[in-house]
Amino acid sequence: MTLQRAERRLGWGLAAPALLWTLAFFVLPFLAMVVLSFAHMEGRQVVQGLDPGNYIRAFTDWSQLNALINSVEITLTVTVISVVLAWPLAAIIAWRVPPRFQRLALLLAVLPFWTSYVVRSYSWLLVLGKNGVINQALMGLGVIAEPLALASTRSATVIGFVHFFVMLLTLTIYANLIQLSPNYARAAQDLGAGRWATFRHVILPLTLPGVVTGAFLTFVLCIGDYITPQILGGNNELTLPQLIMLQMGRSGNFPMASALSVVLMAVVTLAYAGCSRWLRLDRI
Amino acid sequence: MTHRALTALGLLALATPAFAQDELNALVWCDHTDPALIAPFEAKYGVKVNLKEYEGTAAGLAILDQSQPGDWDVLVIDAVDVPRAVAAGKLAEIPADQLPTADFFPELVMAANNVVDGKTYAVTEKFGYNTISYDKTKVDPADMEDMAALTSGKYDGKTGIYDYYLPLLGLVALGQGINTADITAENLGQLQDPLMALRKASTLVADVVSSQTALATGEVDIIVGGGEWLTAVLAAENPNLDWTIPKQGGLRWAQSIGVVAGTAKPDLALAFVQYIVSPEGQAALAQSSCYWGMPANTKAGDILSPEAKAVLRWDQQPEFLARAQLYPIPDAATDTAMQDLWTAMLNK
Repeated sequence: MTLQRAERRLGWGLAAPALLWTLAFFVLPFLAMVVLSFAHMEGRQVVQGLDPGNYIRAFTDWSQLNALINSVEITLTVTVISVVLAWPLAAIIAWRVPPRFQRLALLLAVLPFWTSYVVRSYSWLLVLGKNGVINQALMGLGVIAEPLALASTRSATVIGFVHFFVMLLTLTIYANLIQLSPNYARAAQDLGAGRWATFRHVILPLTLPGVVTGAFLTFVLCIGDYITPQILGGNNELTLPQLIMLQMGRSGNFPMASALSVVLMAVVTLAYAGCSRWLRLDRI
Repeated sequence: MTHRALTALGLLALATPAFAQDELNALVWCDHTDPALIAPFEAKYGVKVNLKEYEGTAAGLAILDQSQPGDWDVLVIDAVDVPRAVAAGKLAEIPADQLPTADFFPELVMAANNVVDGKTYAVTEKFGYNTISYDKTKVDPADMEDMAALTSGKYDGKTGIYDYYLPLLGLVALGQGINTADITAENLGQLQDPLMALRKASTLVADVVSSQTALATGEVDIIVGGGEWLTAVLAAENPNLDWTIPKQGGLRWAQSIGVVAGTAKPDLALAFVQYIVSPEGQAALAQSSCYWGMPANTKAGDILSPEAKAVLRWDQQPEFLARAQLYPIPDAATDTAMQDLWTAMLNK
């Protein structure tokens, strides 16, 4: 009994720094943000209170609500495209690349992580621009007569995001795939399953933890990102992080920014709730 | 000392401005971060100038609100917002007789802004225009003399908008025959349709760097709200970039510099302000690598090269100054309404 108590104390002692850190730098700031979200502005002054006006405005003012809708649409698009591209890439690395070259393949896959996020976004701007590589190539081949409007669009934002998140998803799916014994597929085929049926009913369900974990991380990082839509989207449609930045940096309206941030966290929480059943961090 | 303690100390050092006697902490705009501007002052006084960039008066005042007296020594601020900073108690009085305002362009003394209740709190350091920047090989320069051309359909998809609501709404107001000083929450509705028409014709709404990139790469041929601050820094690489003030007029931006109230180093802070408005400081500031702009002190003209003065349109300043209006100075309600309109425009 004494030993158990000592072990328990040791456990709490080891966990205490992390718990205190989380309390000080996440829980308390988050609570402060929630409190601030119910305040309102009078001139430049923040007036504390229990005013739900910021939340009402977030869901009734079209320019505010539209930012939320834009964010969710872009994030879902990016997540789906990234999963579709990352799964086969991870499968090729795990199953087709000889084991001695897999580390090199993974290294190449994550190379984009090594460059600055901002520089990478500006690079895409140059690639997608009117005088960029894509338009010049298409015009040189005679496919188009006038340059396409690729930069400063939602598509440009999605491309910039997908470039980044395919790498992240490849890692999580690869980590899942290499743990799968080839005996699963063999057993399925021995029982008469075709390649498609084996993939659909055996392989894919077994890789869902890696897919969902990567997809969730993609969702969280994408919906909270400010840089990519700011640089590649050309401010042609606001996302929620951009709107939060406008409220803080330009309007100095910290209560409204706090309310929008709480809404953003609520969306992430909903996403977590939706995929928590498959989230298996121990599988990656 | 534990690793955690060292990390905490490191974070603390990153989060707070330096307090050593031989350091000066300045809240500035990006043009002050050019080493060519700061290094001569540091060498002369044997000090280190710590610079923190900020964007927008609200953000600058918020940083000061969250700081302790003495954290900051110098503040660069939009000239029209000096009274706002004074009212908030953020600026200290500086001795007017120790500033070279007699050498300034008369319009740039801006006593109505820099002087409050007979006390000088700031001095104008740099100015320029928010008008129309364009690539003269891609558009007809004659069209750029009339704002109506921007929404005529001829330049749809070739236009970008500088992402700052005050000058842009000011320009749209001028296009409607409303002086910038007369913009109110009541007549703001008149600007909605022309603003949305401009938005419809535009490909992007961009900050300073993105505006420069868009014009330099040919993504757009026109930036509404641009001016010498946008094209001058690109002039050496692309001499086809130009700017003009259309017949409806343009906006004059001006930035001021002052000493932060509560500074522990008032003499050093004043010396920095004096250096910035000296001919040498003015010439360096005018050609800052972040963005160019006209110096407020005419004596800088003795130092600037003929080429630099040509890019800045030095000789045309009397005409430009006569045709440009100051930024709108909205009250809190009008400011909120203007930002709401701008946000709605962004989320078209």
